[in-house]
Amino acid sequence: MPELQLFTPNDRELVMTRSFAAPMELVFACHTRPELVRRWLLGPPGWTMPLCEIDARVGGAYRFRWRGPDGETMSASGVHREVVAPERLVFTQLFDEDWTGGETLITVTLRDMAGHTELTQTTLFASAEARKAALDTGMTEGMESSFQQLDALLATEGEITRER
Amino acid sequence: MPTPDQLNATFVALADPTRRAILARLLEGDASVAELAQPFAMSQPAISKHLKMLERAGLISRGRDAQRRPCRIEGAPLAAARDWLDRYRKAWEGNYQRLDALLDDLQPDPPAGRQ
Repeated sequence: MPELQLFTPNDRELVMTRSFAAPMELVFACHTRPELVRRWLLGPPGWTMPLCEIDARVGGAYRFRWRGPDGETMSASGVHREVVAPERLVFTQLFDEDWTGGETLITVTLRDMAGHTELTQTTLFASAEARKAALDTGMTEGMESSFQQLDALLATEGEITRER
Repeated sequence: MPTPDQLNATFVALADPTRRAILARLLEGDASVAELAQPFAMSQPAISKHLKMLERAGLISRGRDAQRRPCRIEGAPLAAARDWLDRYRKAWEGNYQRLDALLDDLQPDPPAGRQ
């Protein structure tokens, strides 16, 4: 099972890495073709993506709208800054609800690892305060950190807390 | 419940490899500044600075023993940070598991050796 890793290299960024058992071209297409994106970029269980429009060219816009199990909606949009198939995608992102403290810049890079694809997604927040604002919402996307070492540390820490 | 400020202080404190190493050491038991400084190529004042940040974030507490002032790890802020990260991780892991399934659908012959 490929494990999702989360990192905070500094106070403005959040980095995620994950590997996929598919060639880069396919993973890239799943990030740029609306009919594919709407099948996986859904967030918590029960959410769907009724609106997914993507113009995957430099300067091209995209717009997403999600619908939750109780009919609540959430929307995000942005503009593509770099589109280098099949390895690099850079786009801005702003939620209508703006829980990220302003626009974020998201960079998705893909790397071929012996037939698998390693994905790295970096979210750059407007400022350290903006990342904190994203934290304040406690929402699902766009936030903070964990670290490989910390995973082990936190797992052990949980045991210690229980022992006390 | 932790406030967002506390959560932020926790993440800032954890963003440094030396401070994470200090916490890892304290998981094995309480330790004095001198004991904590030993494995690092760092002076005791430099370690003390890291300890102050960890203490402000509520991740450690210091004993009252005037000479040793042993450091002890505190579980609650770490647990709060972990809960928050778990939610984030779960949402994205859900996305990526759906992407796994989609990628599977899109490939007529999955690559050999796939789990």
